[in-house]
Amino acid sequence: MRLTVNRTPYDVDVEPEMPLLWVLRDELGLTGTKYGCGIAQCGACTVHMDGMAVRSCQIPAEAADGAEIVTIEGLGTPEALHAVQQAWIEHQVAQCGYCQSGQIMQAASLLDMNPDPSDEEIDRVMSGNLCRCGTYPRIRAAVKTAGAKMRGA
Amino acid sequence: MSRVGKIARRTFLVGSAMIAGGVAFGTYLVRSPHANPLLEGLDKGEATFNPWVKISRTGITLITPHADLGQGVASAQALLIAEEMDLEMDQFQVSFGEPAAAYYNRALAEESLPFLATDEGRIAESSRTIVSALLKPLGMQGTGGSSAMSDSFDKLREAGAVARETLKLAASRQTGVAISDLRTEAGAVYLPDGTAVPYTELAEAAAAVEPVTRVRLREPSEWRLIGKPTKRVDMVAKSTGTMTYGIDLAVEGMVYAAIRINPRQGGKLVRYDATEALEMRGVQKLVEITGGIAVIADNTWRAIRAAEAVEIEWGEAPYPAEQAQHWEAVAASFNEDHLDQRWRNDGDVDAVLGASGDVFEAEYRSPYVAHAPLEPLNAIVLVGDEFTDVWTGHQLPQLLQMQVSAITGHTSGNVRFHNQFVGGSFGHRLEIGFVEQAAEIAVQMRGTPVKLTYSREEDFAHDFPRHIAMGRGRGSVANGQVEAVDLSIAAPSVFASQFGRLGYSVPGPDLQIAAGAWNNPYLLPNFRMRAYRAPELAPVSSWRAVGAPGAGFIFDSFLDELIHKAGADPMEERIRLMEHEVSRKVLEAVAEMSSWGGELGSNKGRGVAFVESFGVPFAQVVEVTNTDQGIRIDRVWAACDTGTIIDPANFEGLVQGGIVWALGHAINCEITYADGMAEQSNYHAHQGMRMYQAPEIFVRGLENGHKTRGLGEPMVPPAAPALANAIFAATGKRIREMPFDKHIDFV
Repeated sequence: MRLTVNRTPYDVDVEPEMPLLWVLRDELGLTGTKYGCGIAQCGACTVHMDGMAVRSCQIPAEAADGAEIVTIEGLGTPEALHAVQQAWIEHQVAQCGYCQSGQIMQAASLLDMNPDPSDEEIDRVMSGNLCRCGTYPRIRAAVKTAGAKMRGA
Repeated sequence: MSRVGKIARRTFLVGSAMIAGGVAFGTYLVRSPHANPLLEGLDKGEATFNPWVKISRTGITLITPHADLGQGVASAQALLIAEEMDLEMDQFQVSFGEPAAAYYNRALAEESLPFLATDEGRIAESSRTIVSALLKPLGMQGTGGSSAMSDSFDKLREAGAVARETLKLAASRQTGVAISDLRTEAGAVYLPDGTAVPYTELAEAAAAVEPVTRVRLREPSEWRLIGKPTKRVDMVAKSTGTMTYGIDLAVEGMVYAAIRINPRQGGKLVRYDATEALEMRGVQKLVEITGGIAVIADNTWRAIRAAEAVEIEWGEAPYPAEQAQHWEAVAASFNEDHLDQRWRNDGDVDAVLGASGDVFEAEYRSPYVAHAPLEPLNAIVLVGDEFTDVWTGHQLPQLLQMQVSAITGHTSGNVRFHNQFVGGSFGHRLEIGFVEQAAEIAVQMRGTPVKLTYSREEDFAHDFPRHIAMGRGRGSVANGQVEAVDLSIAAPSVFASQFGRLGYSVPGPDLQIAAGAWNNPYLLPNFRMRAYRAPELAPVSSWRAVGAPGAGFIFDSFLDELIHKAGADPMEERIRLMEHEVSRKVLEAVAEMSSWGGELGSNKGRGVAFVESFGVPFAQVVEVTNTDQGIRIDRVWAACDTGTIIDPANFEGLVQGGIVWALGHAINCEITYADGMAEQSNYHAHQGMRMYQAPEIFVRGLENGHKTRGLGEPMVPPAAPALANAIFAATGKRIREMPFDKHIDFV
């Protein structure tokens, strides 16, 4: 199978049903994408597939064959931060931080589609991403800051 | 003499946590101070002045031995050193260091004594000093009990000051300039002519001088960092997917393991058939370990999938199989045979209630709840010829070394523990079973590093949840005031369970059964508080704030009910009853912040609660709306007093997050047992709070207390009773059992 991850093509030889999450983590060594629940209940494994936010624990490798995948490592780097990552740092969102890759990927996808979401829209789109530390108040604020930056406001 | 002082003297007993610590770590005494572990392995040209600071020509490393579970203590510990050492927050690396007696936790020892935290009388204070001195030789290093900041506040500032003064001495020797003419700033010693000599260039010279030991700590007015919002040292990595947690680590030649352990906790493995599993792709081996099996494969997913394919017959649970039996055992414990401790007996409860024609009675329940941090448990263990290496995140390094040593046969000193950042703990990483399992697998795979990763389902099945508790209150009111409170709480002992798993019995009463209930600094004219120890049931563990989320819910809910019976205002009556000035100011602050007593819209209600835990008085007001889809939590106001606040930005985030945590579990989380197994296997059945349910949360930290306290836990206990009290105010319905969604719908 051939995947493009963060603009780099990879050939992988795995079972067709191996979830994309484990292809990324154990086969490609891209560990920024996290395993939390394995059943699409926590959102820690969120990546972008052909521009859409998806739960990589639910995407079999065969369904990702030929797709363009972007993970947290491809969104931005410590040296070249994405606007959402900048806002996360500015608002000091993370506590344990384990869910934040998924939160950031979900937020980036939301703002890509609508850089000026309402409070209700933010809550609705982000509620699939569980944060056990309870950083939701700061996530809300950071999404708004990032949206403003992306709008050039 | 204060009334709380008298009460504390009557209840002077040594706490179980302290004794357990002594048992666990031996009772040898060493007169000399603990050796600096950084001296071992120091390269030429590198200098260390104490166990927390290491400098070389290429950089500065600050050792932050308290485990960072997400609460930000790596940053906060480093900040305390940097404050006195005149370092900027981007001028050093942090490291958790190696386990060492030098990093013993003095604050954990102090808090193991059964004194009211508000009692700063002579006996309480001298006892704390004695216990701290006794525990120092034991070298018990640990993170827990919200103790990291109280343990570190003076110690790490001293470490920074010693480093600074030693560097100045070295600079003086090198340049011939008198020490009094030197100053330090941003990682350099400055000469009178303005020349900056970076600390890193002084490393070699500083290594040759004897560290200065007489230092003066700066006055609060001189602080540059303490009390100012800081950017945490882990924030960029955690926002870019570049933080390496234990689960992300890879070691050369590593294999992947998954386990299946009897979901009837502590039960046996009877028989299994691994025929199918062993034929699956990438599967290398199956090994037996205590209570179950482990599958070794070339990838985490393959290992988990193969482990799930093993057909297994499990033995019976060593505790009652059904949840109802657990409650029956607790309910049957309210009698003299099970009396663990009478924590309060003020006034004459029997006489007052006997004479009252209107005794109010109520019963409350607090369920089993899972920790379920988002990073599933994991550990890498390599058993070599001379050493065992362990990579994982854990709160008790020496305990880990000891337990692994017993499995692999290497001495504790030859068990090298590499502590990691973890994706949440909430008490989960105090448990040692997952590390023991990894060691049991690795000892059967000598020379090969084995990475054990729990599936989420295994993690839930073996969570060791918060203990269940039941409260029974009897009380009376008179003249519009609360007159008498007779509260009894029955629960299994969390310490007996935790230490029992390590093979130790714990003497003495369990401080945590009634924590959050007996210790609130109210002056109730007649107050009896009895704790009853239920038999051990399902194995349980310390869950964020341990006893206080259950007992605090029971105490504050019952007090609120009595205040309503008296026809008094819930806020005013609590303030009137509050004897302790620092705590009263916390209540007054939350009243002021929330404009308590103002007009609310229709269908709205507010509740207030106050619970002190870990020495931190904490009050919260919750506001809810009773909508046609259920209860919506709109806003929360929170005020507490932790003494000096190290970093107000992290402080606010921790309080908000902890309240979200506490409200979420109060609403919809419990672990129940059927056929001896936890019925909840993943987050769909144990949800916690989602963003759409999260209220706005306003936070204020007072700094009237003169001890610096930690904030990992104390925001948790008041949230559930404040919510229950608010629901009562909005609907007239009193909820006496968590999770609340068993009794009322939420939006």
